[in-house]
Amino acid sequence: MKIILNIWRQKNASSPGRMVRYELDNVNEHMSFLEMLDVLNEELTRKGEDPVAFEHDCREGICGCCGFMINGIPHGPERGTTVCQLHMRHFQDGDELWLEPFRAKAFPIIKDLMVDRSAFDRIISAGGYISINTGSAPEANSIPVKKQCADRAMDAAACIGCGACVAACPNASASLFVSAKIAHLGLLPQGEPERDRRALRMVLKMTEEGFGYCTNTGECEAICPKGVKIENIAMMHRDFTRAVALFREEAKVGGTG
Amino acid sequence: MAFRLESRIPSGPLEQKWENAKRDMKLVSPANRRKYSILVVGSGLAGASAAATLGELGYNVKCFCYQDSPRRAHSIAAQGGINAAKNYQNDGDSVYRLFYDTIKGGDFRAREANVYRLAEVSVNIIDQCVAQGVPFAREYGGTLANRSFGGAQVSRTFYARGQTGQQLLLGAYQALQRQVDAGRVKMFARHEMLDLVVVDGRARGIVTRNLVTGAIDCHVADAVILATGGYGNVFYLSTNAKGCNATAIWRAYKRGAGFGNPCFTQIHPTCIPQSGDYQSKLTLMSESLRNDGRIWVPKKKGDTRHPNDIPEEERDYYLERMYPAYGNLCPRDIASRAAKVMCDQGYGVGPGGRGVYLDFREAIQRLGRNTIEERYGNLFEMYERITGEDPYTVPMRIYPAVHYTMGGLWVDYHLMSTIPGLFVLGEANFSDHGANRLGASALMQGLADGYFIIPYTMGHFLAQVKPGGLDESHPEFRAARQAVEERTKKLLSIRGKKTVDDFHRELGRIMWEYCGMARNASGLKHALQRIPELREEFWQNVNVPGSGDEMNQSLEKAGRVADFLELGELMCLDALEREESCGGHFREEHQTEDGEAKRDDERFCHVAVWEFAGEGKPPVRNVEPLNFEFVHLAQRSYK
Repeated sequence: MKIILNIWRQKNASSPGRMVRYELDNVNEHMSFLEMLDVLNEELTRKGEDPVAFEHDCREGICGCCGFMINGIPHGPERGTTVCQLHMRHFQDGDELWLEPFRAKAFPIIKDLMVDRSAFDRIISAGGYISINTGSAPEANSIPVKKQCADRAMDAAACIGCGACVAACPNASASLFVSAKIAHLGLLPQGEPERDRRALRMVLKMTEEGFGYCTNTGECEAICPKGVKIENIAMMHRDFTRAVALFREEAKVGGTG
Repeated sequence: MAFRLESRIPSGPLEQKWENAKRDMKLVSPANRRKYSILVVGSGLAGASAAATLGELGYNVKCFCYQDSPRRAHSIAAQGGINAAKNYQNDGDSVYRLFYDTIKGGDFRAREANVYRLAEVSVNIIDQCVAQGVPFAREYGGTLANRSFGGAQVSRTFYARGQTGQQLLLGAYQALQRQVDAGRVKMFARHEMLDLVVVDGRARGIVTRNLVTGAIDCHVADAVILATGGYGNVFYLSTNAKGCNATAIWRAYKRGAGFGNPCFTQIHPTCIPQSGDYQSKLTLMSESLRNDGRIWVPKKKGDTRHPNDIPEEERDYYLERMYPAYGNLCPRDIASRAAKVMCDQGYGVGPGGRGVYLDFREAIQRLGRNTIEERYGNLFEMYERITGEDPYTVPMRIYPAVHYTMGGLWVDYHLMSTIPGLFVLGEANFSDHGANRLGASALMQGLADGYFIIPYTMGHFLAQVKPGGLDESHPEFRAARQAVEERTKKLLSIRGKKTVDDFHRELGRIMWEYCGMARNASGLKHALQRIPELREEFWQNVNVPGSGDEMNQSLEKAGRVADFLELGELMCLDALEREESCGGHFREEHQTEDGEAKRDDERFCHVAVWEFAGEGKPPVRNVEPLNFEFVHLAQRSYK
């Protein structure tokens, strides 16, 4: 089938970008979306042009590298699917598509469809962990964990850190990402001792990095390729509020919105 | 100059070797640790766990990864689980049994002492991960759940749905980020190691390229750890992530690190078959599916009926028929080869007859759809997304694909390579899995190396050297940096007619055809002729667009493929020289009457350790004999 692509081309962070139109004949319906871009890039390379830069690695929907906007939707039109797992059978012959990078103040563009998501790492650094040095762990079965808690924690922990929630949010909030970690660790007895401090530090860091506030729009949940739920954000609000009461000094600035 | 291969296996009975080794190790005092700097290349399970733990101990650590975040390393894609000899199921498991299963699964081509230690620390890994908040599957009583995996008759695999690797990696990543916050680890994401620097016979640093700006930098340290994963992408199509590469270990090899058993590659039996020429990678379906899925082909050759129309008595559940004791849970190498044999004989299904069925009908009838969904839901979804078929109602089609490399840089019991100060962890080293890795053992090994072994052996090494005393103005650093810059310039100056992928695909075809699931002398000789020709053509005719001082993904790929074009040749050479079949290395000339791998313990009960002898010169094959003091060498039988 034939697909028309309009792709955001931008040489680097300091150059202006623009949409460039490409026509691809012979797109196979069993190809993944990224394999279609591979074909385009092979063509561009043979013509001596600069191939389109896009982030990708595992191509199994788990590493969280890939992601850009297809017709305004992060990861494209299929629910619960990263763009690397999106196959061309979901498109029609002759479709015209617009590909743009994830846009958010906290995700500066690097090149073409690639953005810098290192703010996510800095948020995790601020408290998205359990402080336990190697070697000091108790016997694994010594603390029973309710199956429901383990299952819910796993639902939240399924987040792949792709950033689609930020791109979908009208406020470019990272609340879904941040709350997924707060819920994952907060639901487990092992995460309980640092629960308040974690919520406080991560939320403040999110604000500092330039992400917006959550206004319960729900776009994040709708596009999350891993089905991470907005209920985590409710947990985050609760934990943050409690933490503010406990840590008055640290909590002078910022909030969850 | 031949290597002196000292394995440094401690004395004493098997169960006491690690204790004895730890007792005899030298220590660096807490106040002195911050004077030492360590580079960790790679941020997967092995790299992240090592960097975090060494940071916790107080060393100065720099950690490097090519991805935009350490959380994306390919350990994240491991699905099924992690083994540990906890014996929570009371089904007869023990450290000894995990050790024995691993040695036997590896077809008696691994070191006893290493494997025993691995089994021993496996239990600590689970404790550590649970304490970090890894959400392992649990029973209603609140205890940890287990499942069984190939090559074992006990349930010792811990899992977090079909995303165990992801959860373990996030645990290690979070521990790493905690050390970043504490200022003990400095993280260099989007940096690729392009060379190792050896000064006065010791590994003292690396040269990296910043993948965003193109800047080439030197990093000086007291020790270097490579935890850069395997080299399965030599085959172009594999289950590895697209960026997985061998450049770090290959550069180290060319600087004097021995390469152990390069031909030992694992072809995983349950992957989604290739659908076309544009295919960029193959997707694994976890081995855990073989717990409940039954593998079969039609009894009639070339049967084109819909699988649901083929009645029970016309199906050949060939693994259950051939290996009644283990059935669908026989080890990976055996399951893969059996699939190949069935397809070669004309029983294969799907396009080109390159596929077999993995069927859940019986399990769904027995356990109900809900249970199957709970166990494998995300894998079924992934299958449906890729193929457009619903595995709850139509059997999956699967075919073997390159998955893991047991070979890698040779290391001693301390995980140190033949270059003092260069340590190699995880899949990047050759140890522990012999000629075939059992399922759920890669995660175990990566974390064992990083959390529980390197912190001891690194301290022992550093305690014997003075910290610092060197900077990047040293002639060796300047030379290495210049070599990297020249190579980059060369790649960009060719401007030939073929793309990097053209060469990579062609190399992959040669490797899959002649150095894949079955190998023979004439095929390997042919490959050994073809690969150098292809390499020559690459350096004459590759087209790498763009420049070196910017983000340039084509340049990144070109450097990696240039190294694959050399490593592929070494793999074929190793496969040719190893005139026996063992585990994943199946030489057609060496098989039993019923087509099983036939080892030659007289001649090949050893590790082949290859030594770089200079450009254009044949590498030297050294040997580390494997002494089995505690287990009997036996022909593997899963019948």
